[in-house]
Amino acid sequence: MIRRFNRTDYHKVPTLNTASLPDIIFILLFFFMIVTNMHEIKLKIDFKVPYATELKRLEKKSLITHIYVGKPTEELQKKMGTESRIQLNDRFVDISEIQDYITQERANLTEEERSLMIISLDIDRDTQMGIVTDIKQALRKAGALNIYYSAESLE
Amino acid sequence: MYKGRRKIPEINSSSTADIAFLLLIFFIITTSMDPEHGLFRRLPPFLNENPQSLDLKMKERNVLNIYINSEDRLMCGEYYIGMNQLRQRAKEFIANPGNKKDLPEKHAKDIPFFGNVMVTDNHVISLQNDRETNYQAYIDVQNELVAAYSELRNELAQEKWQKNYSELEEDQQKAIREYYPMRISEAEPKKYGGN
Repeated sequence: MIRRFNRTDYHKVPTLNTASLPDIIFILLFFFMIVTNMHEIKLKIDFKVPYATELKRLEKKSLITHIYVGKPTEELQKKMGTESRIQLNDRFVDISEIQDYITQERANLTEEERSLMIISLDIDRDTQMGIVTDIKQALRKAGALNIYYSAESLE
Repeated sequence: MYKGRRKIPEINSSSTADIAFLLLIFFIITTSMDPEHGLFRRLPPFLNENPQSLDLKMKERNVLNIYINSEDRLMCGEYYIGMNQLRQRAKEFIANPGNKKDLPEKHAKDIPFFGNVMVTDNHVISLQNDRETNYQAYIDVQNELVAAYSELRNELAQEKWQKNYSELEEDQQKAIREYYPMRISEAEPKKYGGN
């Protein structure tokens, strides 16, 4: 018994070769860079998208413009009230500005991309339809006809 | 002689792992993984003429009117219905299996794989809502309608190829889409009474 315990004293643990560790981490890094998407803009509104079951995944992220609708966040509610607001990029906009903005966005795209442009409507589930209808009319006038009603899957 | 003995100094690369780790953690924190999902829809182009005149050109039997009022109650044609009845109603309307007089008329149409078949390609589901309708209720209805179409398409695909619609080849899917074209019209906004 004693001999067996003593043996461990001169038994060295072999060192682990970590030369390939950076490569593994880099692969993980690239994986995350490709799969995830950055939140470039700061949301000034709170929204919970509605539930649905027949969902399709959003593709071609570069051609997507987001329009957010919902109540302002709690800090902003003191200033702006709790009325539903529209956010485009970094700021609140009025319905009348949407058409110009979308027309501008379309002008920046190439001829082929223009018909593929998608507007993603990220709208809070408690919004009233009036504002949504107005946005849809503005989009039709701007000629951006592909839309996505952003929704969450119901499980 | 001298040259041969000189060794290239090695670069210590033990810290590259740390650097890569830092980058990795940065990306995990700043990005979000949640894939975005939604209901895809194509809006009709904007027309200057009075849209009501367009609706009138459609035969009455070809149009299924769905109204959602400001209290999120659903009206299909002239009756109040529940959300759970909508899918069945929509399916019956789209397919018109019994070739009924008050459901959409059928046309003979040449579709690849199916040959000459009778389809209801003139039907329109017209969706109208009040300005005070809740967005969730609106999406529920949209969702039910899409579900009705996808159920019909799946049934057809099962019957023909014993597969689901999503598993078919591109041209087979196209044929099925021609058989059951999705025609949901988002009508011009109107003000309806809530009571």
